Amino acid sequence: MTSVADRGAKHRAETLSKVDKARLSEGKRAERRLAWLLCAPAVLVMVAVAGYPILYSVWLSLQRYDLKFPDEREFVGLSNYVTVLSNEIWWTAFGVTTLITVVTVAVELVLGMALALIMHRTLVGRGVVRTAALIPYGIVTVVAAFSWRYAWTPGTGYLANLFEDSAPLTERASSLAIIMLAEIWKTTPFMALLLMAGLALVPEDLLKAAAMDGATAWQRFTKVMLPVMKPAILVALLFRTLDAFRVFDNIYVLTAGANDTSSVSMLTYNNLIRGLNLGIGSTMSVLIFVAVAIIAFIFVKLFGTAAPGSSEEGRR
Amino acid sequence: MRRIRRVAAAAVAVALLGSSAACGGDEGGTPTINLYIGPEQNLQKVVDDCNAKAGGQYRISYQVLPRDADGQRVQMVRRLAAEDDGMDVLGLDVTWTQEFASADWILEWTGENKAEAERGTLAGPLASARYEDKLYAAPKNTNVQLLWYRSDLVSQPPKTWDEMIQQALDLKAQGKPYQVITMGAQYEGLVVLYNTIAVSAGGHILNDDGTKADMDAGAVRALEILHRFATAGVTSPSFSNTIEDPARLEFQSGGGAFQLNWPFVYPAMQEAAPDLAKNVKWARYPAVDASTPSRVTIGGYNLAVSRYSKHPDQAFAAALCLRNAEHQKFSAINDGVPPTIESVYADPEMAKAYPMKDTILEELKDPAVRPLSPAYQNISTVIAAALSPPSSIKPEQTAKQLRGSIQDALESKGVLP
Repeated sequence: MTSVADRGAKHRAETLSKVDKARLSEGKRAERRLAWLLCAPAVLVMVAVAGYPILYSVWLSLQRYDLKFPDEREFVGLSNYVTVLSNEIWWTAFGVTTLITVVTVAVELVLGMALALIMHRTLVGRGVVRTAALIPYGIVTVVAAFSWRYAWTPGTGYLANLFEDSAPLTERASSLAIIMLAEIWKTTPFMALLLMAGLALVPEDLLKAAAMDGATAWQRFTKVMLPVMKPAILVALLFRTLDAFRVFDNIYVLTAGANDTSSVSMLTYNNLIRGLNLGIGSTMSVLIFVAVAIIAFIFVKLFGTAAPGSSEEGRR
Repeated sequence: MRRIRRVAAAAVAVALLGSSAACGGDEGGTPTINLYIGPEQNLQKVVDDCNAKAGGQYRISYQVLPRDADGQRVQMVRRLAAEDDGMDVLGLDVTWTQEFASADWILEWTGENKAEAERGTLAGPLASARYEDKLYAAPKNTNVQLLWYRSDLVSQPPKTWDEMIQQALDLKAQGKPYQVITMGAQYEGLVVLYNTIAVSAGGHILNDDGTKADMDAGAVRALEILHRFATAGVTSPSFSNTIEDPARLEFQSGGGAFQLNWPFVYPAMQEAAPDLAKNVKWARYPAVDASTPSRVTIGGYNLAVSRYSKHPDQAFAAALCLRNAEHQKFSAINDGVPPTIESVYADPEMAKAYPMKDTILEELKDPAVRPLSPAYQNISTVIAAALSPPSSIKPEQTAKQLRGSIQDALESKGVLP
């Protein structure tokens, strides 16, 4: 938050004449103090609701702490991390989570882009088209997951009945495919929405100029639109990757993790809430936190993702 | 306009605070005893009756938990871990009593309350309510699965698993409904199925004092039977994703010749599929060997009193009322849950509404109990995962794997799938 404010302030300061600088930096400092004061309540709340639980789970992850055996609570250092990281179940779940993340985000990017272009170019009934496209995103995930489950259950389901004598949710490969399908169905509209905001950044003039120079539609898309949209695309990818990595609801309803379809979140839930093993469960949640932080770091530092409008590219 | 909105918001906030404070409702007057238990269609009538008889000592308020056992447990566990004093009487599945007692979440039953809870109660259900030789709950109802079969398709109910599979295959060859419908999803129901076969085969999952994983020859044999059953082509396609209620629905829609399920299917079938119900009969659960009768895993619910209850005395009294002989009979007749007090079975009213009572009592007198351990939930989770899907069981290998993961679960090491 500060870096954004800082950069904004610096940017502004540079454009000012040197004569005014001294006087204004006084005002700027006051402004910054005020900004801090205004931010303070939000920062405090964030520390209380997000910072404290994170630190507490780090503390719990260093203990043998099983609610079933309250007397056997003890500090065990990093041994929970050894247990989890040397466990096959954890790595299976990690693999499943990575697979779901990579596949769904890739497919969503392509479909979302197509949907965004359609929504962007629609001339007639634009509102209706956009609303219709957003419906899957508006449905509560758990509710949608239940309808997918019934659809894929033999007897009650129209989809399962397409395939004779099979129950796709009882096998690993088909279960994973259905989970990914449900994820893609649900969040493609969100991707499209973010990408549509990016499309709005592409100046009409630039496209016309490219057309004048003889660029084909595909060339205009890849050489003009995509580079200009890069910040928006990266933000969309970042949001969706973080979201996809935490996949829980669909798996919980569709398979409950049967046949090795657990994600890391599902596994953490099983150990923490159902198994009452606060030590192991907290260890897993800390590991998920670390993984999410790494993903965010890669996007922000290596790909240079930034919130739209805050970076130089976004200012066009 | 803005001010009006703000005033309205404040009013709503005050109303919400007020109503949540009123939930406690114990500032003088009758204390409210919150009963947390899963849905039972006619339990409210039992509650009303107890309230009428309490003479102002307490007023029970029935708080309905989710329908599935996992959901019930998770909700109670979360609130108990937070020391919520809004729960008084807890409806615990028989497998949770040791766990809740070990976690120090429920109060021990002593003195007259204890004597009352034990009077005339069947030994199997009572064993599930004890932990370290102390009583921690009063058995409310027990439960045991039966073999339900279509008498229009099958003249003589099968005595063993082999016979049942054979009969189903014969029916299949004749193009008739043939499926054996039961619960095979990766959850407790699959563990119950396995435990029943294992105990019927004379096997042990844990050693006698519940401290070590055993998985002896009988337990391995049960794995073989389960594997054969799952691959013989007699189950429904969704067997490995089926839980209790979907199993009932599947059988009700006419696809199956056999169903292995709890007695709740009987009243449900009378109501939803009366034509089919006329042909449906019941028998003792199939055995492993023709010479040894099956031993069937008992289920059911126990009533415990939360450690954080503000009114423990009234809570014990309320629990005793909810599970007294008269109410157990009422619940058996109206909700299909078998009584834990033996004398209730002899009541003439039971015979009409509960025609399978003799078979049930027979199974209850020689039951299979699930491994008694505070870590049962974890043991169950690793067993369910190792057995799922049942068609993929490799008896020796699965048994070996289970020995390791059950031992880890007992020591709260290791990772739950």
